[in-house]
Amino acid sequence: MFDWLAGRLRFIGSPFVEALIKLGFGTRFFFAVLFQSGMALRRFNLIIRETYYTGVLSLVIIVVSGLFVGMVLCLQGYDTLTRYGSAEASGVLVALSLLRELGPVVSGLLFASRAGSAITAEIGLMKATEQLVAMEMMAVNPVARVIAPRFWAGVLSMPLLALLFSAVGIFGGYLVGVVWLGLDKGTFWSQMQAQVDLHYDIGNGIIKSLIFGVAVSTIAVFEGFDAQPTAEGVSGATTRTVVTSSLAILGLDFILTAFMLRGT
Amino acid sequence: MPDSPLVEVDNVTFAYDARTILKGISLSIPRGKVVAIMGGSGCGKTTLLRLIGGQIKPSRGEVRVAGKVVNELDSDALYLLRRKMGMLFQFGALFTDMSVYENVAFQMREHTDLPESMIRDLVLMKLNAVGLRGAARLMPSELSGGMARRVALARAIALDPMLMMYDEPFAGLDPISLGVIGQLIRQLNDALGATSILVTHDVMESLAIVDYVYFVSEGKIVAQGTADEIRASEEPFVRQFVGGLPDGPVPFQYPAAPYAEDLMGVKRV
Repeated sequence: MFDWLAGRLRFIGSPFVEALIKLGFGTRFFFAVLFQSGMALRRFNLIIRETYYTGVLSLVIIVVSGLFVGMVLCLQGYDTLTRYGSAEASGVLVALSLLRELGPVVSGLLFASRAGSAITAEIGLMKATEQLVAMEMMAVNPVARVIAPRFWAGVLSMPLLALLFSAVGIFGGYLVGVVWLGLDKGTFWSQMQAQVDLHYDIGNGIIKSLIFGVAVSTIAVFEGFDAQPTAEGVSGATTRTVVTSSLAILGLDFILTAFMLRGT
Repeated sequence: MPDSPLVEVDNVTFAYDARTILKGISLSIPRGKVVAIMGGSGCGKTTLLRLIGGQIKPSRGEVRVAGKVVNELDSDALYLLRRKMGMLFQFGALFTDMSVYENVAFQMREHTDLPESMIRDLVLMKLNAVGLRGAARLMPSELSGGMARRVALARAIALDPMLMMYDEPFAGLDPISLGVIGQLIRQLNDALGATSILVTHDVMESLAIVDYVYFVSEGKIVAQGTADEIRASEEPFVRQFVGGLPDGPVPFQYPAAPYAEDLMGVKRV
């Protein structure tokens, strides 16, 4: 009876224990990356090179998604606000939605899918093909040479991509609201200018995207480094990066928003 | 200590969890020699190489390289020692995001302050030594298996190491590439004044170029000697291994219940 009960408890508890162990390893790994970042920050060209792969190559999906999200937002906002006679506020709605929430969150989710998965797959494959061990045998620390530049590239790229997402989204809102639906151009922009606060709206959005960048980059490099060195292992790690990053972004967004709104 | 062995493995035991791979193994690699460690798949050859390179630590015993106990070094001292080591991995382990030239230049750029013009000359010299100067601009994905192995060899000797380690350098190569790699291992060892350890199960190619051979089986040294001594050996394991015989001290059958018993279904597997 006791053995059966112990077995059941182990069955239920082991996934939590494993998750906790992984979280511990991940946290240690995060600090190891920070500790080993000296070389990457001194040789900034390593970070710039990785920024091209993580940031520049994500531009297309960010710009296209931003444009459509902005256009849809304006369309939905216009439809609802017209009922209350406030259609001119559509621009403000688009801008605030994008800068406060959708810009950082949606660009973070896209970044995790596009760049995070690529980082994990690359590092995982480097591990599977013994490139990381080879580097260690050449007396070069792979955490400093491979991981840290990718981590910092992700951290730098994320806020820039989020800002770009919001900017393009606002332009999309302009296309729909002003060009298509015939809202007054002056009202559209002036209301936006009056209502959007640099510190509170744009600043908080940047802080959010920066934190999302740290979270996604940490998860992506850790999953790659921790991947089983097999095809199946790398595939699983890539999937975990997207799922864990997405959940982390949504969870962090709620916490950050709660803190930021409490400050008003 | 010019006459002392460069590498000494002293009564080393190593286990992965509950599975013991090496059981109190001892061997020494003299300076300037090419020494092969042979044995079947899974006998612990590569584990020995990883112990010498400091990638893993023994459960018991000592591994000494150039008088330093590798398993007691901190990471800084280990990295310092590794600068004097070169390792050729089984499938080359070339950095796939770098060209052949950048792969060979990698260590020079990481560990030295040499000007780019000098690095260029050195890289071309190393590539010329392995016959691939003309492939400097190619990417690893454009190389054949044999070429990739030669580029990896050029990269491994980039900083003129005192100790070269080769992990299955002949695996999966065509006869021409096989002969080329074999000759390069011998020539580079002699030209650099290095010491080489060759972990392999390719008997004929290895015996043609090595000075001494250790045979490992089930985590122990079962035979050793010069190439001629090995060829003339009457030791049953060596005869089975060198002759490629299917049965002998290493049985053909994996341990199982008696055949008849299994077929009659007396005892289920």
